[in-house]
Amino acid sequence: MMIDELAKQPGEWLNGQGPMSDIVISSRIRLARNVAGFPFLPKATTEQRKEIADLLHARIDAHATNQQWQYVDIAAIDELDQRVLIERHLISRQLADAPGAHGVSISGSGAASVMVNEEDHLRIQVLRSGMQLDEIWDEINDIDDRLEDKIDFAFHPRYGYLTACPTNVGTGIRVSVMLHLPGLKLTGEIERVFRAAKDMRLAVRGMFGEGTEASGDFFQISNQVTLGRTEEEIIDDFKHLVVPKIVDYENRARQALVQEKPLALDDRIWRSYGILCNARTISSEETMLHLSHLRLGINLGRIKLLDLPTVNELFLLTQPAHLQKVHGARLNGEQRSSARADCIRRRLSQVGNN
Amino acid sequence: MNLACQSCKKQPATVHMTDITPEGEKQERHLCDACAQREGIMPKAQQQHVPIAELLTGLVADKASVKQIADMACPHCGMTFIEFRNNGQLGCPSDYDAFERALVPLIERAHEGASHHIGKVPRRLDTPRPTENDLIRLKRRLDKAIENERYEEAAMLRDKLKAIQA
Ligand SMILES: [Zn+2]
Ligand SMILES: [Zn+2]
Repeated sequence: MMIDELAKQPGEWLNGQGPMSDIVISSRIRLARNVAGFPFLPKATTEQRKEIADLLHARIDAHATNQQWQYVDIAAIDELDQRVLIERHLISRQLADAPGAHGVSISGSGAASVMVNEEDHLRIQVLRSGMQLDEIWDEINDIDDRLEDKIDFAFHPRYGYLTACPTNVGTGIRVSVMLHLPGLKLTGEIERVFRAAKDMRLAVRGMFGEGTEASGDFFQISNQVTLGRTEEEIIDDFKHLVVPKIVDYENRARQALVQEKPLALDDRIWRSYGILCNARTISSEETMLHLSHLRLGINLGRIKLLDLPTVNELFLLTQPAHLQKVHGARLNGEQRSSARADCIRRRLSQVGNN
Repeated sequence: MNLACQSCKKQPATVHMTDITPEGEKQERHLCDACAQREGIMPKAQQQHVPIAELLTGLVADKASVKQIADMACPHCGMTFIEFRNNGQLGCPSDYDAFERALVPLIERAHEGASHHIGKVPRRLDTPRPTENDLIRLKRRLDKAIENERYEEAAMLRDKLKAIQA
């Protein structure tokens, strides 16, 4: 089945390509839409949910783009497969837990997906590696146009696209970038980024695993204002203001580390490499920490026996559901830690010749 | 001000709300997160919606006509404003009109004072007659052009605006 195939490959958005990919891991745009003539999901009956899902499934397959789309009925797949889709950012946790008919259409390239009956009837999203918001906007806008030719979306002359939650109304757009900021984390300046983001009405959250805002080196920044600005203005803020500024901060922090504490920096990077090459059991949090250091080392040219795609791939393959999928069996926490360490050692021994 | 939770009397109160009894009486409540969740005041859906939870807190208290807001219900889906306030999600597209009076201040708080969409419009609705939103959009583009000293574009936009308003 399709998900078995998916679980063995790295996601397109983790291929380490694209502008600024040393700091911007991936960029994403999501559009929220609802079908006119139906209630929003909190007031939809089981029959209506089914009707909406059937209608959208058929329209997306036929019209979304000229590539092949595959619809996955989430309730029909097991929990492990659901988790694989969550770890790949193809669906949200909320979709997996949704009552009644719900599913996701995934594009042939795996970069675009349309969630059906999540919080809104439709959540279209396109995800790519590096900073590619223009390309993403062109693609998602085209998918939206094509669907709009066949489906009437709930639209209000004053408020624009109507969403179940008024915080998404208007454009229904959520732009987000996933950033790797180990330099700012090490120099203790990460708080500056949080403050600047909050001043600009942007939301910041920690990424990968159970990490909260403060733990880990990966952060997702997204817009909160969706009304009173055009889609292009919202995207332009990320392109011209938010991302260049944070990338600049991060690069300065990295240079400061190279110039002022090269020994401590190399020690950190190579210790992480040593642990990942030798550990017999390792938690998800510890893995993220050391992979983050390796990523930093590769980007600063301090470690040359690895490349970015290998490290990016490990971020995904060491997540709980992917581990179990590749392993071909259910694993408890302890078994996962051991399987994770094996997986990392195997992958690193293929590329490094230490 | 560090109020203790009215339920457990131990944790500091973090959820402040004005409840409306079935009789339309106002009743202030201050609870900690845990107690608020236990009582179903802060359901799971709202935990995913931190911004809306913040926005909704104290919103009803801002309004003088509490009773009128308490009585608001959507004729299409039956959603009441109180129900929306508790769940953070509306029941159907008509709710935006049914709850307009209470919803506009909330929308403005969520979107930096904006309550008009100026972005994409479905092609089927792209009418030749300019709407109020088109005017706002043009004015915004004009301001931006002046701000960035693109005077030729500004002059063009100003003519366009005049033509529409005439
Ligand atoms: Zn309490
Ligand atoms: Zn309604």
